[in-house]
Amino acid sequence: MMAQAIQASYLLAAILFIFGLKRMSSPVTARGGITWAGAGMALGILSTFFWPGMHNYGLMVVAIALGAIPSWLSGERVAMTNMPQMVAIYNGMGGGAAAAIAAAELLHGPSADQVTIAVAGLGALIGAVSFSGSVIAFAKLQGLINRSVRFRGQQALNIFVLVAAVVAGAAALPFVKVSTGMVVLFFVLAIVYGVLMTVPIGGADMPVVISLFNAFTGLAVGLEGYVLNNAAMIIAGIVVGASGTLLTQLMAKAMNRSLANVLFSGFGVESGAVATGGVTGSLKPIDASDAAVMMAYASSVIIVPGYGMAVAQAQHKVWELAQALEKHGAHVAFAIHPVAGRMPGHMNVLLAEAGVPYDKIKDIEEINADFAHADVVLVIGANDVVNPIARIDPSSPIYGMPILNADQAKNVIVVKRGRGAGFSGIENMLFYADNTRMLYGDAQDAVSHLIQELKSL
Amino acid sequence: MITGFAALYIFMLAAFTGYEVIGRVPVILHTPLMSGSNFIHGIVLVGAMVALGYAQTDLERVIGFVGVLLGTINVVGGYVVTERMLGMFKKSKPGSGA
Repeated sequence: MMAQAIQASYLLAAILFIFGLKRMSSPVTARGGITWAGAGMALGILSTFFWPGMHNYGLMVVAIALGAIPSWLSGERVAMTNMPQMVAIYNGMGGGAAAAIAAAELLHGPSADQVTIAVAGLGALIGAVSFSGSVIAFAKLQGLINRSVRFRGQQALNIFVLVAAVVAGAAALPFVKVSTGMVVLFFVLAIVYGVLMTVPIGGADMPVVISLFNAFTGLAVGLEGYVLNNAAMIIAGIVVGASGTLLTQLMAKAMNRSLANVLFSGFGVESGAVATGGVTGSLKPIDASDAAVMMAYASSVIIVPGYGMAVAQAQHKVWELAQALEKHGAHVAFAIHPVAGRMPGHMNVLLAEAGVPYDKIKDIEEINADFAHADVVLVIGANDVVNPIARIDPSSPIYGMPILNADQAKNVIVVKRGRGAGFSGIENMLFYADNTRMLYGDAQDAVSHLIQELKSL
Repeated sequence: MITGFAALYIFMLAAFTGYEVIGRVPVILHTPLMSGSNFIHGIVLVGAMVALGYAQTDLERVIGFVGVLLGTINVVGGYVVTERMLGMFKKSKPGSGA
């Protein structure tokens, strides 16, 4: 009877998860979405306490308290710019939990049928890789690991470790041989593989990898749900596994890279020297007062923010500037490239934090046709995502990447710290165009100057 | 008991559901959504609680304890950051000139 009630609550939790995810698909209902999903989670967790015949309740409560307090505090305090690595670390912990469930199952001995045990082992491998890989992703984005480790024969070593992990895992299945040592070896190899897989990947590609590990953890949770005969875990895990896979593909596509390319090669490493062919003209500087005049008489202004703006913590100033321009009668919109920020949608969060309403924030499909009618485009801290070379030069590493058509506007003002190239090391044709002016300086200072000049007009 | 083809059907339908639900999400919500889906797989905590609840040896108790600890971090951290991010999305105030 109790078991039936618990199963019913799991079913309800699964429904609430899907309903919550659905609500998260629109900015209007998104906040309600996480509340519904949270209700489903609370229901699932509370009803689990009532499984008949369970012990160790004291340990359970202690573990929950020990996990809840630091993660609550860190989640409340983390800066919005650091959100990607927080998602990575929380995701890694979920992968570790799935691996722990599998470890308990493998060490328990042959208590279930062979298929179930094999599924447990597969989930363990995926969960453990997600665990250690996510920790490395966190460390890289947090700046704890600053360089990408690459060496000769790296791929061969990685494949060898993965194969060794699979072999050890197969040997550790209880119906093959009950061996604690083999189970331990399996987990060590899986964790080492997660590290090896992630260390060569550069920081700019890390969001794709985090998304991939998110899908991995979902899959591992789904597989362990099968092992534990838990429908809520199966449904929630597989839904996340599938959606995470799609999201990973969308991110890789937006960056003009295949997933294989992200995972198995460093960006620009193989190309060595970067071609600068096709760039003609000169960089033409502008000062803040001229730029302010230009914008004050514009009827349509599009702002293209990049990660450089977020690093300079200039998003509040940029919103203030947008409001000042609206007072002057301009229509202002923000154009967001899918890879602006550190992952898709990250820039939207950073702008939302500064108070920019989401209906002023447009993605690439919505706004690309509008650039041709814009009087002024203000590019702040963005570079590769507005480089027209992606449209014309097949030899460029970013050739084919969808870009914002900033070059089609009547005037372009680029706020930039100095004359260097973007993270990909590619010269930006836009900066040399006849209709482009460069406003040099720190994003925060430059935008403050623009606001002052606008107010004095 | 979920076995054999019934399990495969659940896997398949859940995979379609995940694909479809995400497919219609605007790019502006991708980061909170990744965080939200990260929260949802925190349901792994329930499994870890069961593993700990039925643990008999000390080794099993240690593994179960670690599982519950890690699962809780996933759930609580995932919820807090998702809620914070989504709470920031506001629409223009009417009449603000937009």
